[in-house]
Amino acid sequence: MTVIGWAQIALFSLILLVLTKPLGLYMARVFQGERTWLDPVLGPVERLVYRLFGVDPREDMRWTTYALALLAFSLVSMLFTYAILRLQGLLPLNPMGFSTAKAPSYATPMTPDLAFNTAASFTSNTNWQAYSGENTMSYLSQMVALALHNWVSAAVGMAAAIALIRGFARRSAQGVGNFWYDVTRCILYVLMPICLVYALFLVSQGAIQNFAPYTSVTTLEGAAQTITQGPVASQEVIKMLGINGGGFFNANSSHPFENPTPLTNFVQMLSIFLIPAGLCYTFGRMVRDTRQGWALWAAMYVLFFTGVLTAYHFEAQGNPNVARQGVETSTKQLGDVGGNMEGKEVRFGLANSALFATITTDASCGAVNSMHDSYTPIGGMIPLANIQLGEIIYGGVGSGLYGMLIYAILTVFIAGLMVGRTPEYLGKKIEQKEVKMAMLFILAGAASILIFTALASVMDLPAESALNRVGLSSTYYGPTYNNINNSGPHGLSEILYAYSSGTGNNGSAFAGITVNTPFYNLTIGLAMLIGRFLMMLPALAIAGSLATKKHVPASAGTFPTHGGLFVTLLVGVVIIVGALTFFPALCLGPVAEHFLMHGGRLF
Amino acid sequence: MFKQVLPSIRATIALAVLTGLLFPLLITGIAQAVFPSQANGSLIKSADGRVIGSRLIGQPFSRPEHFHPRPSAAGSGYDPTASGGTNLGPTSAKLIEGLPDDRETKDSDESYSGVKQLAERYRQENGLPAGAPVPVDAVTRSASGLDPHISVANALLQAPRVAMARGLAESDVVALVRRHTEGRDLGLLGEPRVNVLLLNLELDRLRGAPPSSKP
Repeated sequence: MTVIGWAQIALFSLILLVLTKPLGLYMARVFQGERTWLDPVLGPVERLVYRLFGVDPREDMRWTTYALALLAFSLVSMLFTYAILRLQGLLPLNPMGFSTAKAPSYATPMTPDLAFNTAASFTSNTNWQAYSGENTMSYLSQMVALALHNWVSAAVGMAAAIALIRGFARRSAQGVGNFWYDVTRCILYVLMPICLVYALFLVSQGAIQNFAPYTSVTTLEGAAQTITQGPVASQEVIKMLGINGGGFFNANSSHPFENPTPLTNFVQMLSIFLIPAGLCYTFGRMVRDTRQGWALWAAMYVLFFTGVLTAYHFEAQGNPNVARQGVETSTKQLGDVGGNMEGKEVRFGLANSALFATITTDASCGAVNSMHDSYTPIGGMIPLANIQLGEIIYGGVGSGLYGMLIYAILTVFIAGLMVGRTPEYLGKKIEQKEVKMAMLFILAGAASILIFTALASVMDLPAESALNRVGLSSTYYGPTYNNINNSGPHGLSEILYAYSSGTGNNGSAFAGITVNTPFYNLTIGLAMLIGRFLMMLPALAIAGSLATKKHVPASAGTFPTHGGLFVTLLVGVVIIVGALTFFPALCLGPVAEHFLMHGGRLF
Repeated sequence: MFKQVLPSIRATIALAVLTGLLFPLLITGIAQAVFPSQANGSLIKSADGRVIGSRLIGQPFSRPEHFHPRPSAAGSGYDPTASGGTNLGPTSAKLIEGLPDDRETKDSDESYSGVKQLAERYRQENGLPAGAPVPVDAVTRSASGLDPHISVANALLQAPRVAMARGLAESDVVALVRRHTEGRDLGLLGEPRVNVLLLNLELDRLRGAPPSSKP
């Protein structure tokens, strides 16, 4: 670790802190229907959009109607994406001819299972990618089928969080807001203005933005090289700001055309945390007590900092097996281009790689600027554990906040048990229904991760089973545990990471595992839908239940939820729930590997 | 639910047009007008107008008179149509010790260079004694497989070899490396680094390139 590495992490934290309030305040105005400085431009567009949708934005929806609208919209847009992916060979903007007879030899076919997996992935804000963009997707698929969801899945997540906030804020109310209104305002007033400026900034730094076919060049030493092209920057910005994470290229944000400089890297990291950090303030503002929002922010920061400290430390220590080959890895000698540089870019070095990996998994982003699969065991366990905690450390757009609020409900419930008093949170009594829904939220995620991982770790498919065949190729893997790229404990980590990432709607990967087979495409696709909707619906149910309740004024017996004690307890609950659920699995994977690595054992 | 289906269909189409078509077209229009070079891949052209690469994308180099990039996992090396890393974990025998060629299959060479072989080769190429420490970026593969940069320590270790192959003074090559060292962005962000393609281009423009480097 280096001083300048820490200085970059400190600068990141500082800027995040400074931006939280202005953005949070702005978003509160947007979702409470107040005037903003963009109204003169966006007001007419907004009204046109409601006319195109055919909806009345003033209709106040009960939570059930809100949830049905959300589900219907997600289903329709998922089918739309599936259709475009399957038909991309017949559609325009396909200069490389993917899914047609004139596709280049390196192209991957768009099979039904891959299209299902990808549609589920982008609809659920996961952006798990069983394909490599540069050899599978036409420009139209990238822009319309995929990037559409980068916008709307972020807006849907934000809408669910806003509905839950309204549940706390309203008193004896039936409705939790209007779904179409929330989605539209999120896209038009929050995402689009930022993305416009952000995309041009990325291009100025070297991110590409064109519709040209790939460029063939002859290198200085006379070799042939094909330089990829495409509308990258416009997709990159919403991939980061919408916390989607699905790269235009396979290498994602480590690709120089997606993330050309350390400066773009810094802005990309900020843009992951920007909205979820701001939403903490929005929450405080909407429930008329900003201290409540800052308490959540503080709990998130503690967890974030612990993660980045651990990941950075272990990456800087490096891999003793590499050092043993006479390789200089000391960061004292090399600064932040020492340590474990496998799967990392020189321009980012260790600090910015460890920081990015922590941020992208604290949030449900899943973009990567370094390959998590090649991290040291404990360095790589941090992203994995972050996902398993439910991505509530700032978290996804909206999903982070409603996840953390569910942990807050659990915390006041546990505190209530300790003193034998009906718990309250923000003046609302937390009763049976809320706690049941909170537990459903936590159990759905844990069950999906652990059961699917167990299944894929032992499932013996016949050697030529079509269920585990790569694309349409002649490669058959047979048993599902054959798809891993690393043996020993690291192989288990690859499978565990895949289902954690899918269920957590993260989308990053220990990417060595081969997942473009029907078995993995279908099971991970299912995990992503479970992780999205079986976790979002309980949050909406809680919103509906809370909205109907009366406000209970705080008394001497009320547990204050804005101070250090609550923050400590909340962090404790998050860690204990996560540890109780996943510690055994993590022991078999990263922890075992850590000790074996230091013993010099190779697989 | 059916009451919400029609708005869902209309919203999907409207938003697909707005976010999926209009937004990228608008950005492309502005980007092509204001930043045409960057928007098209920061391509570098030779004197006769041929495109010889992108300043952001690494290229394979193996001749002694050129600086060598990091090893690459993208395709057969620096292939932008197959970007990516090795995804080999820290206890992978393949990563550390490499793989020998399987003699049973005669058609293809399955050998794989691990850190061990890469370090040995690096020492051999640069005339370093056995066991001399090699900078870690020289024997590890990057995340994108297209990393255009190497560390300053890596470049300085290669400078004597390049100088000798070109018949240049070592101090001149070191000075060139220093001139091509990109500092941290804003003096703080990222790591000091050397762009291999730009450095080699400048070397080729200088005199002292032996005839063998002319294609």
